[in-house]
Amino acid sequence: MDPASGHDAIADVLIEDGVIIGVGANLSKQGAEMFDASGLIVAPGFVDMHVHLREPGFEHAETIESGSRAAAAGGFTSIAPMPNTSPVNDNATVTSYIVEKARKHAVVNVWPIGAITKGSAGEELAAIGSMIKAGAVAISDDGKPVMNARVMRRAMEFARSFKVPVIDHCEDLHLSAGGDMHEGLESVRLGLRGIPGCSEDVMVARDILLAEVTGARYHVAHISSKHSVEMVAFAKSRGLAVTAETTPHHFAIADADIVPYDSNYKMKPPLRGRADVDAVTEGVVNGAIDAIATDHAPHAGDEKMQEFEKCPFGILGLETALGVSLERLLHPGKIGLMRLIDLFTTGPARILGIPRGTLAAGAAADVTMFSLDREWTYDVNKSFSKSRNSPFDGKTFRGGPVAAVVNGSVVWRA
Amino acid sequence: MKSGLLGIEDLNRDEIQAILDRARDFQPKKGEGFRKTDLLCGRMVVNLFFEASTRTRTSFEIAAKCLGADAVSINVQASSATKGESLVDTLNTLAAMRPDAIIMRHAASGAPHFLQRHLETPIVNAGDGTHEHPTQALLDARTILDRGASLEKLRVAIIGDIAHSRVARSDAYLLSKYGADIVLCGPASLLPPELKDIAPGITLTTNLDEAIRDADVIMMLRVQLERQHESAFPASEYFQFYGLRLEHLRLAKPDVIVMHPGPINRGREISSEVADSQRSVILNQVENGIAVRMAVLERVLGGRATH
Repeated sequence: MDPASGHDAIADVLIEDGVIIGVGANLSKQGAEMFDASGLIVAPGFVDMHVHLREPGFEHAETIESGSRAAAAGGFTSIAPMPNTSPVNDNATVTSYIVEKARKHAVVNVWPIGAITKGSAGEELAAIGSMIKAGAVAISDDGKPVMNARVMRRAMEFARSFKVPVIDHCEDLHLSAGGDMHEGLESVRLGLRGIPGCSEDVMVARDILLAEVTGARYHVAHISSKHSVEMVAFAKSRGLAVTAETTPHHFAIADADIVPYDSNYKMKPPLRGRADVDAVTEGVVNGAIDAIATDHAPHAGDEKMQEFEKCPFGILGLETALGVSLERLLHPGKIGLMRLIDLFTTGPARILGIPRGTLAAGAAADVTMFSLDREWTYDVNKSFSKSRNSPFDGKTFRGGPVAAVVNGSVVWRA
Repeated sequence: MKSGLLGIEDLNRDEIQAILDRARDFQPKKGEGFRKTDLLCGRMVVNLFFEASTRTRTSFEIAAKCLGADAVSINVQASSATKGESLVDTLNTLAAMRPDAIIMRHAASGAPHFLQRHLETPIVNAGDGTHEHPTQALLDARTILDRGASLEKLRVAIIGDIAHSRVARSDAYLLSKYGADIVLCGPASLLPPELKDIAPGITLTTNLDEAIRDADVIMMLRVQLERQHESAFPASEYFQFYGLRLEHLRLAKPDVIVMHPGPINRGREISSEVADSQRSVILNQVENGIAVRMAVLERVLGGRATH
């Protein structure tokens, strides 16, 4: 199934020298290696446009290699790491380091995202042009949003000259300061400080206005609130180049579902109220949301074994994304299979402007194969990630990834 | 694993009533002190306070000693926690010394709940962040009952920094289980609207007079400046709009009682005249703190059958 062309048939996929030669009935070539995918869905390789690989700087939690292996096991053949490493990916040297490390050690394609500002400090623009030249495909100060609207405006203008999207982690840091979970009945009940939905909404509103002024391509990372989804839909209706991604946990888990004070449910944006979860799901269905991304955020065990308010934000996501999406979106009939694949492939590839996400002849041979009905149970202790922070540990899924092919090579199979 | 006491929200009314009834057995007779018993002889409890507290810690210590248990209090300032040891490691180390229970206060909401998942030793929550303070709610209920009132249909006004008050939450959970009318009152910035839904029977108001009108019980909360992460109200105006003064009491039922978990800030949330008035039961609360904590420790440590 290939959303880019709308192709949907039982067919062979012929690959040679890392390139797709064709898709059709009874394709073969003498001496070719066979991969029997009968009973499976064969799709373009999945693209996760929002991950944290922790390298350089935090290799105890994840490396480019371990993160790429977790990606492959989740069916992702392309991943885009955010720049909040140490040092921050805010110049071409760091970008080149990541590209080079990935070339040597990663089992999937790695498309770095550069910082918007130096050190992601929100003040001075980073060396955006040279990072893009070195391989960066987008810019973002993920986790440390640009609070100064003027700086954001300049970043959008500058990014437009290089035709890369500006990705914002939308969070007004003054409104969210000190918060540990979504502000609502649950935070009040548990005595935890809240992160209000409006801390996301005011930034989405600001950014959309700036995107209109600057003509930039603007992308909302991990959208989680009802009003933000509505505003993105509004921006699209005005014809702006505004896109959005959401994560599986934001359409699968509401604040009322969390295990109290369990840091595997602590992330930014936080798991929001039921109405937000429903609105995000609806946004996935109606097209306001363009991509599913994981925000895979490994943290070492001891960092997550603390008082809730002390634990860092973020959870793993690569290996469970498809299972969760099948459970919440496909099996209940909210979306069809082609749309689901689109959210994992064409959607994110188009936003990042990378030549991936299709099975068209001549395309790089990145292929994801998955099952719709095979039952499997996620055991986080067997994760390829170096970290163990997942709320989905022990969960049984119906359907999930079976094999990942990158540039014609099978890099993982179940 | 024995069960400790983490919060009121998880208890049912029968469990609460059993503790309140048992606490009455431990109350001193008029003019006497607390009777010493040997109900928990040979048992050991550790008082682990990560947050400054004189009265609660002392109260637990006396309660343990009145039951014949050994009580060790740990000064956290001088402990490993200041040397960078994690909370889990600190607790595991203590648990390895085989106490029968750990009484714990911590500034982080949910800290005892998080630890109990990793620890066999029962934990008694002596206050966790802005979440719960279960023994305070029990001693408050015991104090109300001592005035001959029943908790059903009682109108209770809780006034102050509700958002950051573990006392307000525990009291609201407890009173709600008895069907009381609970009015939570404070400036809107300290009174999130969701509070109305944490338990049945709760109404909210930002008007002090409205809260006090026809009240059977007025519970004042300490204005907790140390929990103010920001300026949520102009401090200079607090007493003017939310401080309890004698003239307010006229709005309440004639036999209204005034409670306060202490320590009180005279002139900040309560006037001296009210604090020292006949309507104040603040010192009865302190006394009941020991009786209630004896009942809690006996329940948690599984003492001998009642006499």
